[in-house]
Amino acid sequence: MNNQFEEKPIELAEAEPGASLWQDAWLKLRGNSLALAGLFILLLLCTVSILTPWIAPYGYEEQNLLLGASAPSASHWLGTDVFGRDMLTRIMYGGRVSLTVGFIATAVALVIGVLWGAIAGFIGGRVDAVMMRLVDILYALPFMIFIVLLMVVFGRNIYLLFFAIGAVEWLTMARIVRGQVMSLRKQEFVEAAYSLGLTRWTIIRHHIIPNTLGPVIVYTTLTIPSVMLLEAFLSFLGLGIQPPQSSWGLLINYGVETMEEYPWLLIYPGLALSLTLFALNFLGDGLRDALDPRTALD
Amino acid sequence: MFRLALGRLLQAIPVLLAVITVTFLLVHSAPGGPFSADKAVPPEVIKALEAQYQLDQPLWNQYIDYLGDVLRWDFGPSYKYSGRSVNELIAAGLPITAELGLYAMLIALVIGVSAGVIASLRPNSPLDYLPMSGAMIGICMPSFLLGPLLVLIFGIYLDWLPVSGWGDNPGDKLLPSFTLGAAYAAYIARLSRGGMLEVLSQDYIRTARAKGLSEWRIVGKHALRGGLIPVVAFLGPAFAGLLGGSFVVETIFQIPGLGRFYVQAAFNRDYTMILGMTVFFATLIIVFNLLSDMLALWLDPKLRHELARGNNE
Repeated sequence: MNNQFEEKPIELAEAEPGASLWQDAWLKLRGNSLALAGLFILLLLCTVSILTPWIAPYGYEEQNLLLGASAPSASHWLGTDVFGRDMLTRIMYGGRVSLTVGFIATAVALVIGVLWGAIAGFIGGRVDAVMMRLVDILYALPFMIFIVLLMVVFGRNIYLLFFAIGAVEWLTMARIVRGQVMSLRKQEFVEAAYSLGLTRWTIIRHHIIPNTLGPVIVYTTLTIPSVMLLEAFLSFLGLGIQPPQSSWGLLINYGVETMEEYPWLLIYPGLALSLTLFALNFLGDGLRDALDPRTALD
Repeated sequence: MFRLALGRLLQAIPVLLAVITVTFLLVHSAPGGPFSADKAVPPEVIKALEAQYQLDQPLWNQYIDYLGDVLRWDFGPSYKYSGRSVNELIAAGLPITAELGLYAMLIALVIGVSAGVIASLRPNSPLDYLPMSGAMIGICMPSFLLGPLLVLIFGIYLDWLPVSGWGDNPGDKLLPSFTLGAAYAAYIARLSRGGMLEVLSQDYIRTARAKGLSEWRIVGKHALRGGLIPVVAFLGPAFAGLLGGSFVVETIFQIPGLGRFYVQAAFNRDYTMILGMTVFFATLIIVFNLLSDMLALWLDPKLRHELARGNNE
């Protein structure tokens, strides 16, 4: 009778290998075809941009005044502008500038925002209150107008553009990082790490940074398109990138002037910009879903 | 609620002061005075001009004077258009920009909210994918690209609508309003879809369903109020964005509004104009942010409760 209650050794099931957040995220991202397409387009664009000086079909300043503006053809795939310059080449060089602005200005925003938010969140107390109140005040400023103002006052120079755009975009990043750090500090596993005697720096490195990385990556991916849009906006108005340099915004600006006669001068640069923004936005959305532990893996 | 509004209003004062100070310093640190023209002007003339605009005074005095002027809502004379004041130019451009912004906002709200709500009712169906793909196009197609393309299609190839102007020909307000509103329709669609999805999964909606209320009543009466809070909170920033967008749209369609004036002032280095309009825009944006926050607060009892409790502690 006792047999029924006889203790049987518990059979240890084969331990399921725990997927780390990153493996899990990669699996989810792999299932999202739109995000993958975005990633692919982005990698392609970056490769082309880096290799442009070697693979561009024509020289950047190479004019062919006899040809003038010609529609797309076998020798000029995307046509030529009024000076007979090859549009494909112009778009490739313009893309280099647009992407550079996008990445560098985002990097500026990333560094300022992460440091600011992390310091405020980690120290907390009065320092945090002062730092975040400053962010609140800056948030209320009409920055679009300030960038226009900066470009007018200090001349239109590309380094100022990086700085000006970066100076606008760091605010949200600071808020995100601070919120994340604040909530992490109170989590049990961080307390456990403290009680195990780990040093503060080790905890920051092993627990705080990896857990903050997700939202930061997602927001960074979504910042790049908004930065590129801002640059294109300024260049379109004539307040951003200046000739002889070129960017997609500037090319669109030129395209608009002659769109009635030569629509391809507007359509192709516009397509390049839109396609890039699409790719970045889809990738950002995909990453957000993938890095959110709450979304289930189907 | 009233105390909260008052507190936010008081917070706006240092922000405005910061805007005025920064703009003033930026404009005055600009290389090249407003009268450094291409052709050489006799130094006496420049001196007389500077005296007329009080530019010969120390910077500190100018700053105090300017603060006093702003308090009296007087932005001084324009450097470029002699004989006209910044106030006059703002008064001339504001009604046009306000009308354009209003139409754009209406278009954005009507299209955005209906698309978002429809998508949220049938998630992961064609009724969801179709409007949301459209929204993505709206976000990735900036106004300075969408506007010219619309002009090309509807103004030139099809010849249905005028390509520029404002109120001169019938139908010429359609393209600019749509161009300006499209991107915001897209954002609003995404926000309202997200907000509605969140609300529709709540218990009180399940209760309403269990009680046998009609779908129309559940969505229209119970879900919309909570689901649209993100949209309402977005209205403040959207307004700031519309102002920026009006720079582009008014330039493309040659509309004599504030945005076009601002861009022209930027090119002309018309410093008083830039200074005055920046302060004016900043005030508008702060006021609208305040209004949209108040509206969101009024719609969301939970938030209101939390804030009230936070204030008492």
